[in-house]
Amino acid sequence: MNFETVIGLEVHVELKTDSKMFSPSPAHFGAEPNTNTNVVDWGYPGVLPTINKGAVEFGIRAALALNCEISQDTKFDRKNYFYPDNPKAYQISQFDQPVGHDGWIEVEVEGKKKKIRIERVHLEEDAGKNTHGTDGYSYVDLNRQGTPLIEIVSEADMRSPEEAYAYLEAIKQIIQYAGVSDVKMEEGSMRCDANISIRPFGQEEFGTKTELKNLNSFNFVRRGLAFEEKRQEKVLLAGGVIQQETRRYDESTGETILMRVKEGSSDYRYFPEPDLPNLYIEDEWVKRVRESIPEMPKERRVRYAGDFGLTEYDAAQLTATKEMSDFFEETLEQGADAKQAANWLMGEVSAYLNSEKLELHDTKLTPQNLAGMIKLIADGTISSKIAKKVFRELIQNGGDATDVVESNGWVQLSDPAKLLPIINDILDNNAQSIEDYKNGKDRAIGFLVGQIMKATKGQANPGIVNKLLNQELSKR
Amino acid sequence: MTVTEKDIRHVAKLAKLEIPDDEIKKFTEQMDKIIEMVEQLSELDTENVPVMTHGMETYSVMREDKAIPGTDREKLFENVKTEKDGLIKVPAIMDNSEGDA
Amino acid sequence: MSLLDHTLEELHTMLVNKETTAEKIMTAVYARISETEDKVGSFITLTEEEALFKAREMDEAGIDPENILSGLPIGIKDNIVTEGTLTTAASRMLEDFIPVYNATVTEKVTEAGMISVGKLNMDEFAMGGSTENSYFKLTRNPWDLSKVPGGSSGGSAAAVAAGQVPVSLGTDTGGSIREPAAFTGVVGMKPTYGRVSRFGLIAFGSSLDQIGPFTRNVKDNAIALNAISGHDPKDSMSYAKETPDFTKGITDGVKGMKIAVPKEYLEDGLQAGVKEAVLKAIETYKELGAIIETVSLPHSKYGIAAYYIISSSEASSNLQRFDGVRYGYRAKDVESLEELYVKTRTEGFGPEVKRRIMLGTFSLSSGFYDAHFKQAAKARTLIRQDFENVFKEYDLILGPTTTTTAYGIGEQVDDPIAMYLSDILTVPVNLAGVPAISIPCGFSEGMPVGLQLIGNHFDEQTIYRAAYAFEQATEFHKARPNL
Ligand SMILES: [Mg+2]
Ligand SMILES: [Zn+2]
Repeated sequence: MNFETVIGLEVHVELKTDSKMFSPSPAHFGAEPNTNTNVVDWGYPGVLPTINKGAVEFGIRAALALNCEISQDTKFDRKNYFYPDNPKAYQISQFDQPVGHDGWIEVEVEGKKKKIRIERVHLEEDAGKNTHGTDGYSYVDLNRQGTPLIEIVSEADMRSPEEAYAYLEAIKQIIQYAGVSDVKMEEGSMRCDANISIRPFGQEEFGTKTELKNLNSFNFVRRGLAFEEKRQEKVLLAGGVIQQETRRYDESTGETILMRVKEGSSDYRYFPEPDLPNLYIEDEWVKRVRESIPEMPKERRVRYAGDFGLTEYDAAQLTATKEMSDFFEETLEQGADAKQAANWLMGEVSAYLNSEKLELHDTKLTPQNLAGMIKLIADGTISSKIAKKVFRELIQNGGDATDVVESNGWVQLSDPAKLLPIINDILDNNAQSIEDYKNGKDRAIGFLVGQIMKATKGQANPGIVNKLLNQELSKR
Repeated sequence: MTVTEKDIRHVAKLAKLEIPDDEIKKFTEQMDKIIEMVEQLSELDTENVPVMTHGMETYSVMREDKAIPGTDREKLFENVKTEKDGLIKVPAIMDNSEGDA
Repeated sequence: MSLLDHTLEELHTMLVNKETTAEKIMTAVYARISETEDKVGSFITLTEEEALFKAREMDEAGIDPENILSGLPIGIKDNIVTEGTLTTAASRMLEDFIPVYNATVTEKVTEAGMISVGKLNMDEFAMGGSTENSYFKLTRNPWDLSKVPGGSSGGSAAAVAAGQVPVSLGTDTGGSIREPAAFTGVVGMKPTYGRVSRFGLIAFGSSLDQIGPFTRNVKDNAIALNAISGHDPKDSMSYAKETPDFTKGITDGVKGMKIAVPKEYLEDGLQAGVKEAVLKAIETYKELGAIIETVSLPHSKYGIAAYYIISSSEASSNLQRFDGVRYGYRAKDVESLEELYVKTRTEGFGPEVKRRIMLGTFSLSSGFYDAHFKQAAKARTLIRQDFENVFKEYDLILGPTTTTTAYGIGEQVDDPIAMYLSDILTVPVNLAGVPAISIPCGFSEGMPVGLQLIGNHFDEQTIYRAAYAFEQATEFHKARPNL
């Protein structure tokens, strides 16, 4: 029997606000345990939540970037459950009136484009963090408690782990471009739960789904789903039934492991949060937010192809992260040639970042100094060979390209008056090479150029050297 | 009888309360009477009546996104019974049943 | 005449004229408390040393002549957090809880120069109408020590009635200020929802809870409400507009004022003495020139059901934070987290609190939500519309505060339904979010009767004006229990 896989994803994204969703304590990552918390985060008796306007605005912005409709009448609800990282024993979330609904994004798998629908985008608060000790105790840090989150719930529109992977990449890109989150899986600012079921091809009804948790990277999502797809198939083919259960992805084995079987649905006893007013989102506000949304990667790709004549592949590479894309555009603004800038960023720059495991902002390279260097290449001040040395210097130590070139004496020698004596000197000392050249051995030219470069410490302009060398050789 | 002992046990589980076996019968009877009393609301026709969370409407009260440093940690821990290195110490969490955002 | 028999204005004048000192007043307070506390039992915690210290400090710094409450004593209900002072909400769950921050009202009364005498007894987590649900002690009605003082703010009411403090703060979720005020013959105001910040009030029913003052007379009450009202950015539901001076226009009288008497409030079930006193009060208002007409609040009878579902649902969620992890009671000898939760909560909460948590959890649980919580929230809309309709034509609604006078200690504890039904006249006010006061309007078999005046949203001024007019025309507020 052939099965079709059905996947839906729930993605949590931490919003990069200054303060928390419902309290004014700092929403910053990496502080000492329980230092970025206040009595509200701790759920001290008597405390009340207050709504962070910046977080709501980010929620609207994210929802718009995901092509959602914005709910004009929205509100917060309580989701009740006991857990040590959830101090009030309820999470303030949005139940039946999420800030955004009915959105979609486009993904591309193996050259095929597909729309994945987004059911809802809602605002909520993050929980704290439990560390499970080996001593029979757990330890609670509430720093993360109250960090603003959006939860993006897709429709069950994905049909393969690859589509799920592409969906996550696209979500990450869009959220990053919208400027509402750093979307770093490793810091937990983007987290994903996946629902997966399989059904015989042609069957309309969904099969029983399982939920996968602990998917700490996009690759784990893909692998976990691929494992689960096969596991479910085996169970069904063996005449078994799929249980509605939650499974954990084990990074070391690449398998999914049963966490618990769901007995009916959990009862969160949602009800409207009585400590908070309803939100009425004015059209004016939505309009303002819409206008403030930066250009999305898709639009940029079209522009790069049209305005700069880049290939679709190059445009996609350059827009993979907003940082790269912004860097590219700023480099152009500094006067660099688009194709040159694109080549450097996709070539040397990306290679360096990959090998050093860095991101652009971790380096000393700036759009200014990169553009400066590209200009020096264009006007012949430096050779592309020297440029590689200049680049190393710029990305590691920073500074201005011209200064680097000058202080290292890396200026290209292009003046024939200076080059001719050197060339003739070399020719005088290499009679054999001239002989070889005359006998049609092209290798000789290469050897002579090499000698000239050596004598000029690589600074000779290769084009001019070639021209002058040919000219002098013909004289002999 | 609208509620059964089973209902009461289920609700107690949700509320993290324990009703001892020797009290469950009396408790169920009492709850049943209370629930019967509140269920007189069913006679109201509310088909086109909107839900009201407060006695009056308040809309869109929000705070600017500006962080204020947290409460002094020492102070927050004054009422904590067991702690370690700035963390709240609790008995082991056996299953990960409900911890999710 | 004792120092404590004066009005707030008189005490202030005496302080300004140096006829007395804050220390002398405070000393008189504690003398009265030591004389009466054994019988009445209003307080869970007394902070004598600190209060006397502050009084002396105040005397040294000089009483602020512009600030009428400067140097005067106040008692605070024990569900309002006070930094550094034990705050229990009368629950074993918080038997050792020392708050690390102040409620906004605590800050406000301190800013007004008032000095806290101590924390007042109440029904556990404000659930109850008799103060018999306190984990710590019984409070008795100063008019008859065999009777309850009402609740849940029984300590706050009894302390004022017994002359222990001139002002106290209580909280009212379904009548918890007005009922004890009626039972003990004092003035108790539940302001409009949003008038007073709830920040630092240990929540019971978040959409219903309001803090309000108890005093022995109407003007004192308006003065106290002035001190605690106002917008608080920490309570998003608090009213953003400016707060009026509640004493302004208080003497303007009720001539031409249109007062509605809901027929449902005078129906059977009303104790004869209560009905008689209220009917007499209506006559008094007529004599004072008010226009009294009978109206209907047709959905009143659904108030109790809607109230118990909504308040219990909210409470079930609000009280989930008491889990033994961060503060408060923690069960011993537990081996797992689940056991910590269940044992802590089972041992830490009293029976009435458990009943409400159970009812609320039930009403919110899947399968029951629509028939219970949602239906109650819709009934709430209808109840509010009833009030809206009346206030289109009338300035005020008048009726009894309670159906009976204070009952005997122990009479209702085993009958939750009877206890719940006794809130029938007070809960619609909380559901609609409107303000209401209870003032003394007579006696029935020696026990005080309360008259309830209900105003439109944020129209406490009309309430005070009518209450003051009645008080000036009668002598009931001058009566004192024999202790
Ligand atoms: Mg979810
Ligand atoms: Zn979530």
